[in-house]
Amino acid sequence: MEIYEAIILTIITAATPLLLAACGELVAERAGILNLGVEGMMIMGAVGAFAVAFSTGSPYLGIAAGIGAGALASLPFAFLTISMVTNQVATGLALTILGLGLSGMIGDAYIGQPGVKLQPINIQGLSDLPYVGRILFSQDVIVYASIVLLVLVWIFLFKTRAGLSLRAVGDSHSSAHALGVSVRKVRYMAVIFGGACAGLAGAYLSLVYTPQWTEGMTAGRGWIAVVLVVFATWMPGRLLAGAYLFGAVLILQLHAQAAGVNIPSQFLSSLPYLATIIVLVLISRNRTLVKKNSPACLGKPFVPDV
Amino acid sequence: MQARGIVKRFGSLTANDYIDLSLFPGEIHALLGENGAGKSTFVKMLYGSLRPDEGMLSWKGAEVSIKNPAMARQLGIGMVFQHFSLFEALTVEENILLALPPLQAKNLRQRIKTVSADYGLPLDPTATIADLSVGERQRVEIVRCLLQEPDLIIMDEPTSVLTPQEADELFLVLEKLASEHKSILYISHRLDEVKRLCQRATILRHGKLISECDPRQENAKTLAAMMVGSEVADVRRVPQDLHGVKKCLVVRALNLEPELNTGTALVDVSFDVARGEILCIAGIAGNGQAELFGALSGETPVSDVGSIVFEGWPCGADGISERRRRGAAFVPEERNGHGALAGLKLSKNILLSWNNPNDGTTKKGVIDRMALARLEGAITEAFDVRMAHPDVEAGALSGGNLQKFVMGREVKRKPKLLVVSQPTWGVDAGAASLIRQKLVDLSRSGTTIIVISQDLDEIFEIADQVAVISEGHMSDVYPIDEVTREQVGLLMGGMDLNGPPEVTAAEMAQSLMRDRETEDAV
Repeated sequence: MEIYEAIILTIITAATPLLLAACGELVAERAGILNLGVEGMMIMGAVGAFAVAFSTGSPYLGIAAGIGAGALASLPFAFLTISMVTNQVATGLALTILGLGLSGMIGDAYIGQPGVKLQPINIQGLSDLPYVGRILFSQDVIVYASIVLLVLVWIFLFKTRAGLSLRAVGDSHSSAHALGVSVRKVRYMAVIFGGACAGLAGAYLSLVYTPQWTEGMTAGRGWIAVVLVVFATWMPGRLLAGAYLFGAVLILQLHAQAAGVNIPSQFLSSLPYLATIIVLVLISRNRTLVKKNSPACLGKPFVPDV
Repeated sequence: MQARGIVKRFGSLTANDYIDLSLFPGEIHALLGENGAGKSTFVKMLYGSLRPDEGMLSWKGAEVSIKNPAMARQLGIGMVFQHFSLFEALTVEENILLALPPLQAKNLRQRIKTVSADYGLPLDPTATIADLSVGERQRVEIVRCLLQEPDLIIMDEPTSVLTPQEADELFLVLEKLASEHKSILYISHRLDEVKRLCQRATILRHGKLISECDPRQENAKTLAAMMVGSEVADVRRVPQDLHGVKKCLVVRALNLEPELNTGTALVDVSFDVARGEILCIAGIAGNGQAELFGALSGETPVSDVGSIVFEGWPCGADGISERRRRGAAFVPEERNGHGALAGLKLSKNILLSWNNPNDGTTKKGVIDRMALARLEGAITEAFDVRMAHPDVEAGALSGGNLQKFVMGREVKRKPKLLVVSQPTWGVDAGAASLIRQKLVDLSRSGTTIIVISQDLDEIFEIADQVAVISEGHMSDVYPIDEVTREQVGLLMGGMDLNGPPEVTAAEMAQSLMRDRETEDAV
């Protein structure tokens, strides 16, 4: 395998969970709900996927379990923030802490157990093409699904009426309510979708990235996903670019460390986070960009008048 | 539509107390009342946003319970909101699409264009709401409502942001709609409009039904008296001679690029204002008023320092706090969020513009609560701000009362210069008259006042001089008694007073005819 192939393949592996989790968070934020529990939902997905794949031997059942676990983890958050109108930031943080703790407890029995790895799909002929074959046509189903999902989300948000309603709810929940859009229903759906996406991202970690269970294995990826949504100014296309850019930075600094570049490794490890800050500053400078795209009701409580 | 015995309570407050109203096809029915009289609550129940606690609604002869706005629209009830229910981040087209049932969504862009052309309400379907002016937003609301092809149209203050000519065009639309057997429930503070347009009027006061009358049989004073419960005072203004009075503010060749890409650039704006003068700047919303207010207040400093000279001090590049320290005061168009913060108590809201270390609101940087409380009491008393208990949060005041408070706060600073944008927009007759009188009194005590307004009644009540802003250009300044309403209206429409005579004459004749008809109707 050529070195460039190895690098690109690892970048894809690093970018996919970010893309999936951020994609779900983007939908939730577009509906006006800031869910900081992505990390918690992601790790619930990871442990759920590992447990089911381990006991059944089927990685596909594992994927389904990951999605289910993520969605399930989002339910208490949805109930508290949407129906009980609790503070979204505090509730989201609680969800992250809950997810990390609960997954550790559930996963205790699986530490050190061999995992079930989701195998890539090889397409006869195409996979052997020189240069691009292994990169484009020899990925596993979740990688393809992440791209398809993003395209579907884009179509949903900008080409369908239901997506328009969702954006309307995020922009002004009281106006949406006045027009008869069911604000709470839309938000429940968006949050649960976000949870399912985070769960799928977690499943990818425990079935593909490192097919085993270790406590806290999401290692802050949920937080990067939250940042990516701002980075992308809530636009799906930019999210794709952002996820792969972050994936690239995460991987390249590893390669740089391995190659023995004469830069302190701590600095290289902090590169992705430095990049986050720099990009956020650059984006915030463009006021119209942020104002146009950021959901105006993001994080605000909604109580309909009687 | 018929409503009988409608009651709505919010806690201990009875917003609607046994209201009856019936509307017939082809009728334009006025709903009159001061701010807080319960008009908005009432129409929200007709539109399904609120549910009545008691009483019954019937629609086309059958009793109905309108559960939500979607159901109201399905029945054929459309509404144009006063506080716009638009989505800022979405385009005009998307905003309209959201209100239409899926089946009607075909060829939407084309239909928007057709309807807006038919009714003289120009709109760009692809524009984003955030970039539109208040007047343009209202057009979106109206077009959105018309596209739903309703049988009953509820209009909450539709003309408050339109020019007289635009309002005339809207009246033609409404009359056309009425001739198509649609009913229109028309909420307005403008009694002359109501008299001209409506066959019947229902008057509410403090949530109670006061009377139902034929507005054409009444005059503006009797109608206003029924709304307020007492006579509304006329604004008293003694003309003053401004020849040879020293200039307070001199604006020369002011140019400003808009902050938003669909804003209006100011082009070569020049004018001066004498001490103690009230200069009114008329114009249709979105013609550069926001930019002019930004430049005059210092919210958007301009690069050419000398283009604005205030009492001999070139201040173009200085910010709003510096200008305040030098004795200027400003009241922006949006009271909530710009002029005052809804979540802060009134006394704390005083601090927003009283930020000079020597003005007595702070002692060595620490807020002097007693002083603020005294100020708050003095302001609310002088400006008759009505509130549930002393020092409420700004958000708890009705629009008119909050505007009185914001005006009072600035007037109390005894400024040398006061710049006010739309001082009585959406404010009821009693409050508007009080605010206008206070402006006139303040100017006679020596303060220079610039009022940016599109309300011609207001301008002719208070102005010493008038100028018109149109597409970022400013007209000459005219003494108020040397121009007519029609001429100002024409300038607002972007026409030149010395323009092609046939257009002017025809327009003038038309509006004179209309005026005469109105008088005949009286």
